[in-house]
Amino acid sequence: MTRDATTAENAELTYYETGEDHVHAGGSTMLGFWIYLMSDALIFATLFATYGVLSTSYAGGPAPRQLFELPLVALNTAMLLISSITYGMASIAMDENRVGATRGWLAVTALFGLAFLSIELYEFGNLIREGATPQASAFLSAFFTLVATHGLHVSFGLIWIAVMLVQIGKRGLNEDNKRRLMCLGMFWHLLDVVWIGVFTFVYLLGVLR
Amino acid sequence: MLSDSLLKTIFGRLSFESFPIHEPILLVTFIGVMVGGVGVVALITKFRLWGWLWRDWFTSVDHKKIGIMYMILGFIMLLRGFADALMMRTQQAIAFGGNPGYLPPHHYDQVFTAHGTIMIFFVAIPFVVGLINYVMPLQIGARDVAFPYLNNLSFWLTVAGAALVMVSLFVGEFSRAGWLNYVPVSNLQNSPDTGPDYYLWALQIAGVGTTLSAINMVTTIIKMRAPGMTMMKMPIFTWTALCSNVLAVAIFPILTAAFAMLMLDRYVGTDFFTNDLGGNAMMYWNLVWIWGHPEVYVLVLPTFGIFSEITSTFSGKRLFGYSSMVYATVVITILAFLVWLHHFFTMGSGASVNSFFGIATMVISIPTGAKIFNWLFTMYRGQIRFELPMMWVVAFLITFTVGGMTGVLLAVPPADFVLHNSLFLVAHFHNVIIGGVLFGLFAGVQYWFPKAFGFRLDPFWGKVNFWGWVIGYWVAWTPIYIVGLMGTTRRMNHFDDPTLQPWFVIAAIGAAIIAVGIAAFLIQIAVSIKNRDKLRVDGDPWDGRTLEWATTSPPPAYNFAFTPVVHELDAWYDMKDKKAQAPKDGFRAIHMPRNTGVGVIVSALALVLGFAMVWYIWWLAAISFAGLIAVSIGHTFNYDRDYYIPAEDVTRTERGLPAAAGA
Repeated sequence: MTRDATTAENAELTYYETGEDHVHAGGSTMLGFWIYLMSDALIFATLFATYGVLSTSYAGGPAPRQLFELPLVALNTAMLLISSITYGMASIAMDENRVGATRGWLAVTALFGLAFLSIELYEFGNLIREGATPQASAFLSAFFTLVATHGLHVSFGLIWIAVMLVQIGKRGLNEDNKRRLMCLGMFWHLLDVVWIGVFTFVYLLGVLR
Repeated sequence: MLSDSLLKTIFGRLSFESFPIHEPILLVTFIGVMVGGVGVVALITKFRLWGWLWRDWFTSVDHKKIGIMYMILGFIMLLRGFADALMMRTQQAIAFGGNPGYLPPHHYDQVFTAHGTIMIFFVAIPFVVGLINYVMPLQIGARDVAFPYLNNLSFWLTVAGAALVMVSLFVGEFSRAGWLNYVPVSNLQNSPDTGPDYYLWALQIAGVGTTLSAINMVTTIIKMRAPGMTMMKMPIFTWTALCSNVLAVAIFPILTAAFAMLMLDRYVGTDFFTNDLGGNAMMYWNLVWIWGHPEVYVLVLPTFGIFSEITSTFSGKRLFGYSSMVYATVVITILAFLVWLHHFFTMGSGASVNSFFGIATMVISIPTGAKIFNWLFTMYRGQIRFELPMMWVVAFLITFTVGGMTGVLLAVPPADFVLHNSLFLVAHFHNVIIGGVLFGLFAGVQYWFPKAFGFRLDPFWGKVNFWGWVIGYWVAWTPIYIVGLMGTTRRMNHFDDPTLQPWFVIAAIGAAIIAVGIAAFLIQIAVSIKNRDKLRVDGDPWDGRTLEWATTSPPPAYNFAFTPVVHELDAWYDMKDKKAQAPKDGFRAIHMPRNTGVGVIVSALALVLGFAMVWYIWWLAAISFAGLIAVSIGHTFNYDRDYYIPAEDVTRTERGLPAAAGA
């Protein structure tokens, strides 16, 4: 980017850029994606706040202490946290331009994500079988909505990982794919952060209450 | 003969009874819309314009074209929303004593709900987003927005939402629960019909568009300013656009979540906002107003920016107190989050909570008042040119100040207990939204139209438009303030007390005067197009001060052949002052994004999805949702999204020659 020529009477000042048009495709993507993530975080914030208001509205139905199985949730939390570590490994591999290793770590990440979802669905199945359905009380509505919204995000993350595996296979680690992997990484790690909130405020505090 | 269950599977709850063939008002409207629609389609086909529309407009990722399309959408929806207003004013003017009027309550409730929903979501928002889209990238010297494809998608999602609201006019019912679709009225047990579902799906689809657009605009302003344009050298309209879009990013997710929970209540049977099983209806009110109050500033901040630009230009002076204007805007942005509860002081949250929100509300009048004084001091000792945009500024200053004062009055909790839900409140928010937002948008249209099309708008019809709106506003809303202060409640379709009737007749006359103003705007556009050769202007018709006036009118697709370099606050004024000339040769190839039809396709699928969900046509909903995901993923496999405009084409454009063949 050069700033020469085209000066006004005042010889020092330049008023127009006359150099090559600088290509900025994708240059703003990271910032834009951060802002998107913040807006997504606000959806979770709203669901957390709603859960906070409704978390004792049992309507005569079951309370968290009777419902939550902490060992199962701890296992699930471990699955998601490990998937974040493996995604970190994928990011390192991407940084070193190792295509095979990147794809491998992405696949491992997807497996842990899948394990997380399966355990969550198993937990939901148990709850529903016990009669603790989303319709049973406002507390359960808020619980299922908050946790399932997180689960839905994880599912979209899994679809995204699948798409990236195909795209890296077709085009390798080009600039576009690297940028997408960075965005996917931020998305995936944010889901971890949200889950830590869910684990603490919904499960741990729920059982303490 | 098809069995009932098969019909239900195919058509959901859609049946012949869903079409309002027994309602004469709707039938006539439907026939009118059909005749008009078929006429437009026939004309486009006759003149073979479909290809041109598709290539040059619908699939365009050019922020200027998207901005213009937003404005057209806003104006079409204004006609619809205003038709609703006329119906209400007529009903209230005649429905006294033994006269039930011509609109049954069931229909009247849909009319006022549709009026509010349309005017905010599909008139004010598209107008504001459209102007920001058109003007802001030019003001910061950019070639386009940060995410051009996303911009196109945002627009079409807004169109899909608007289309769904329009469909509800002729297929089934619209919501009767007010413009924010209040529970418990909109709960399944109280509104088992399609009304709230139409509302929710339309606004969810359009809301995704608005959120994406806001993310886009914030990123654009932060990342794509011309070299030298530091934050405190940004034009004030760009500043207000930044604050408005930051607000929008922060509030639309809350609305999305609140609506999603109401949808779950209605579709899945959860108990968020129900009256039993622990549900909490006031939770909904809190959430929608945490969105709703900042939304007022999302709309009005950019119009404050418009007034600032116009006042400065037409007073021939730098804006008085630029930095205080910026701080005031930022302070309003923050305070916007601390006042939502004043919409329901009567909820019973107690004296301390109500005092906090009452005081926070009053505090907002301080930065707003500072702005009013800044505009007055900008005019003071200026060389004021009273052209149309400036006339709108003066009308705004007078009208909006009254609205601001009634706002402070309503912010006092004890007063609000008396005035809550009264027509005084309705008059207040029409006062600030018409006097603040709409007047600002009309001023902006008069001001920037020559930039967008290369010719001025006809001043005579512009004045008819101006006086129609200004006089019409005062005649229509002063009597509503008066009856509201006397205790008349809102959303009534019949009154028993005949002494109130004269006030409502005057209000109806006011609405008719506004109708003259709206008609004059249409005439103004037509007359200006007819006389465009006489009204032709160059790049800088108003002796402007900011960068959008540094390029031609209309600007080329790439906005600026050479990116301007900024040294002063009023960058273009500075260039003129220093006699800086853009180079006449040495043009280089310019990197631009390619057009794409994906935004249209995704939005069409979203529209089908919304319609199918409203009518419980599950198979169609599943197919359109799968299609939506598939098209979106398919789009990511397209890596070839930009191209270069060759240097010789730029040269031809800059010298006023037609583009080379095949380009």
